[in-house]
Amino acid sequence: MENILDFLISNEVLIYLLLFTVLLGFEVISKVPSILHTPLMSGANAISGIVILGAIILIKNTNPDNYIVLFLASIALLVGSINVFGGFFVTDRMLKMFNKKNKK
Amino acid sequence: MEKIIFLFAAFFLVWGLKLQSNPESASKGNNYAALGMFLSVLGAIIMPSDYPILNNFLWIIVPLLISSVIGFFIAKKIEMTSMPQMVSIFNGLGGLSAVVLSFVEIYKLSITPSPDFYYKIILFISLFIGSVAFTGSLLAFAKLDGYKWSEKIAFSFQHIFNQLLLIIIFFLIYYYLSFNPAFEYVYIILFLSLIYGVFFVAPIGGADMPVVISLLNSFTGLTAALTGIIFDNKVMLLGGILVGAAGTILTVLMCNAMNRSIFNVIIGGFSSSGNKKSKGAQGDVKEINDSDFAIQLYYSKNVIIIPGYGLAVAQAQKLCKEIQEILEGNDVDVKYAIHPVAGRMPGHMNVLLAEADVDYSKLIELEQANDEFKSTDVAVIVGANDVVNPDAIDDSSSPLFGMPILKVWEAKQTIVLKRSMSAGYAGVQNPLFFRSNNKMYFGDAKESLNRLSSELKTL
Repeated sequence: MENILDFLISNEVLIYLLLFTVLLGFEVISKVPSILHTPLMSGANAISGIVILGAIILIKNTNPDNYIVLFLASIALLVGSINVFGGFFVTDRMLKMFNKKNKK
Repeated sequence: MEKIIFLFAAFFLVWGLKLQSNPESASKGNNYAALGMFLSVLGAIIMPSDYPILNNFLWIIVPLLISSVIGFFIAKKIEMTSMPQMVSIFNGLGGLSAVVLSFVEIYKLSITPSPDFYYKIILFISLFIGSVAFTGSLLAFAKLDGYKWSEKIAFSFQHIFNQLLLIIIFFLIYYYLSFNPAFEYVYIILFLSLIYGVFFVAPIGGADMPVVISLLNSFTGLTAALTGIIFDNKVMLLGGILVGAAGTILTVLMCNAMNRSIFNVIIGGFSSSGNKKSKGAQGDVKEINDSDFAIQLYYSKNVIIIPGYGLAVAQAQKLCKEIQEILEGNDVDVKYAIHPVAGRMPGHMNVLLAEADVDYSKLIELEQANDEFKSTDVAVIVGANDVVNPDAIDDSSSPLFGMPILKVWEAKQTIVLKRSMSAGYAGVQNPLFFRSNNKMYFGDAKESLNRLSSELKTL
């Protein structure tokens, strides 16, 4: 119990951030109308590719001789960023179909 | 410097999602979100690090270049009907990325043990959820793409087996964290987590896919957020939680639209609700022939089309638009009533119709549609069944009871386009078909609409 309390206190700022981001996320997303749910989902999916930041940070802090870690991390980067690029491109394609001005 | 970039990145990500709440600004919103992502990557690249040398940068730049080409190519080629498949496969890739990262971090920690217990727990949770998202999404992809073996795989005691597997995984994680055994245990945990993802999605049927995709999407978001904690990066945390929130909200919306709990969906659909053999309506159905159908539509004031799963499968959305145009040429007011779970992922039907150039102001949602049916001349139901079943209101013994549905029978005339009289996904017959103001028009959605369209052209 005390351990958990310690953990909460030492990560106070992070937990505040977590709390408010969750609220913000629900607030922003719940305003999206149902006609846009598919583009929302593919767009959000692209954002979930933000894990690639972890891969970049990892690669930059890995000893250049450590090929296993470098290789694995760049695989993570590769598959994660296919998700990012593909996701944003396809969302763009979809949303343009909804946007009348662009069509004419 | 990179901290300021991250700050701007976070701002653009949130603002971009905010702009997605309106069809006119959504495209701009997506660009903002993409800018936010670009800034985050830039920030991560210029961050100070242990080995800021060319060799390491090559390991970053090369994958980025390759994936931008692949991603662009897939996004350009993909058919709008295949959108659910694409979202699943991309989602799986996001999950895989998180799995590999957590695995590497666990591997690094096994060499230089860190005292922080919570940090390790987070790593393992991320490994587990990422694995489920990865293999679950791959199986969802296979199901959506229509592989025969993947329709609905379930064996007896399936969920007891699933829960047992879950307990074993958590026990192994606990054992590894407490007693620090050989690193091989991590392989077992990883393997079992991947297996769990398969068994998690296996029993869920094709029509429940909107729920599954949303749920897996929120899993990937959650893993991204956890990875953010691991790498102590607030933008990752923020991005992950936004995605998690989006996935969760959509999951809840989809479940509500089917009046089922998420638990019920995961266990494997209506099969568990027991009273499958509810009375089942009987009686005679009336068929309508091509020319009567065409004439009735052509000379009515307003028509509402209710597109469903069947239309998406037959890819008949362009024909819908064609018919809409012919009718509008004769001053018939045509609208589309979209049920929240129509199609194969949330909002899928809207995208398909948008692709066929149907203006989005023609698409009306459940509540508005139910207000309008009373003053509608003809409601045409194309490939939908359970979402227009009056039993959901009338028959408390029906498994559909309580589900919000489109009250099409309030229109003066309903015409159902359907392959046969077979029951819908819920396995119950639809009394709508036997109502006095309903007529049936049998055939594959695409072929039927083709016949109708050519008949209309002769008028």
